[in-house]
Amino acid sequence: MTLAVSLIIITVLAISGVYVSWRAGRLDRLHTRVETARAALDAALVRRSSVVLEIASSGLLDPAASLLLADLAHDARAAQSGRELAESYLTRALRTVFGQPGSRASIEPVEGAAELVAELESTAQQVFIARKFYNGAVSVTVAARRHWLARVLRLAGGAPMPEFFEIDDTLAATGMGEQGTDMQHLAG
Amino acid sequence: MSVGRALRVGLVCPYSWDVPGGVQEHIRDLAEALIELGHEVSVISPADEDATLPDYVVPAGRAVAVPYNGSVARLSFGPLSANRVRRWIKEGSFDVLHVHEPYAPSLSLIACWVFDGPIVATVHGATARSRVLHAAEPVLRSALEKVSGRIAVSEAARTTLVHHLGGDAVLIPNGVNVSRFEKAEPLPGWPGSGGAIGFLGRMDEPRKGLAVLLRAFEVIGAQRPGLRLLVAGPGDAEEVTARVPAALRDRVVLLGQVSEAVKVQVYHSVDVFCAPNTGGESFGIVLAEAMAAGAPIVASDLDAFRRVLRGGRAGELFANGDSGDLAAAIGRLLDDPQRRASLSAAASAAVRDYDWPTIARDVVKVYAAVLPAGAADTIRSAS
Repeated sequence: MTLAVSLIIITVLAISGVYVSWRAGRLDRLHTRVETARAALDAALVRRSSVVLEIASSGLLDPAASLLLADLAHDARAAQSGRELAESYLTRALRTVFGQPGSRASIEPVEGAAELVAELESTAQQVFIARKFYNGAVSVTVAARRHWLARVLRLAGGAPMPEFFEIDDTLAATGMGEQGTDMQHLAG
Repeated sequence: MSVGRALRVGLVCPYSWDVPGGVQEHIRDLAEALIELGHEVSVISPADEDATLPDYVVPAGRAVAVPYNGSVARLSFGPLSANRVRRWIKEGSFDVLHVHEPYAPSLSLIACWVFDGPIVATVHGATARSRVLHAAEPVLRSALEKVSGRIAVSEAARTTLVHHLGGDAVLIPNGVNVSRFEKAEPLPGWPGSGGAIGFLGRMDEPRKGLAVLLRAFEVIGAQRPGLRLLVAGPGDAEEVTARVPAALRDRVVLLGQVSEAVKVQVYHSVDVFCAPNTGGESFGIVLAEAMAAGAPIVASDLDAFRRVLRGGRAGELFANGDSGDLAAAIGRLLDDPQRRASLSAAASAAVRDYDWPTIARDVVKVYAAVLPAGAADTIRSAS
């Protein structure tokens, strides 16, 4: 009798141990995924601001737009706590410059203009995609960490709770999407 | 007015016309003064197409709110704005283009870039960050190099301009529309028999110096049982009230933010107007307005204030930040109606130098200096 009880207890403990260690391992993997996604997002944002700085010094745009874009790209790179706001302001300025109906046709036809604009679009799309993946990873990780077992047993250890990265990253002006700036289809 | 050729002047405003601001007001008053002198003036400014605008203002479309120079400004930039500026310049066929805040990433900079002709630039705030000037330097330089005449509205603006761009600027201060301030009815019940002191400005901006005045009022208010303090300007009223001793609270009247019309009335509602600013004032528009209203003034002895008040002849000066000295100065004036009357007369006379017609004539002299040789001789009011 006591042997049977002991066996049951041992079995339950063993199964629980395996389960807990699986949950801890999963959390660990999720944190790694968040970190990787964050690195990709940071890289995409840095690439975007690099292209913006290149455009600002290219003579492609009027001096007001050049000065402002250079300023905002610097702000976005230097920002620590206000990063989301700074990146959103940069997007908004880019939308004003490139995303209005007819704005493409008015850009100075300097050498390499088309390539620079295409590169900007490509980096903006990368930002859009990278942010989607990052926020997806954050969402799963946050849910896993909110599980009662994870909280009671502190399975996440000292890892900080990942945070969503919320910015405005749509280059096309809403409702007036222009060919080439339409990234809405990627949102699907 | 002298007889002569009218100039076609294009004024460029970088900030949204429908948002109140010093630069916008300056351009409005300058435009109207130039029109008064007989010149043809067109202003281009960021503004909604359907906004109600004076007939001399051409809207350049809605501005975009972006951070600039430490705050969020509404600016116009990009290819569409550039197109509007091009069209405006083409249709205006201006003799001279006068841009304001040429460093601001907005219409002024675009206009410099587009216009082929004499350009005058006025610098107001002048806190251009050199980091940014480097980043987009080639593009900026080619636009700003075309500016042949520079005006700074203050010594501080002039210093920054010289530091960042080299070359010198003419100092022409902000104007005051004297006629708008000269006459007004006092607010009902003011100044009253016990005497009244006035203050106008942000209550929570330390450099406006309300704290100095409140400390002075603690002393002088306790000595004179009927004396009242009238404060107009935005800020947290409760926070200010908490700083006043309970016994004096009902004699400190906070109006909060007031309309332009009430502002004029405030200057006419007090026996002594106080400008206790502790620093950061390049000119002191409030001081000039009070002078235009003929208010007897007590002001801190900042360099800028000392100049505007003619070294103390057009208003009493007290040691900056010294509430005891301020209390004494206010007391002397309250006891001496004759001195108040003579200060008021001196202020009204001195402020004429800052009246817009005078300022606009000075600006036309700068236009004359940048026009092609020979063209300047016949301009209205240039001499």
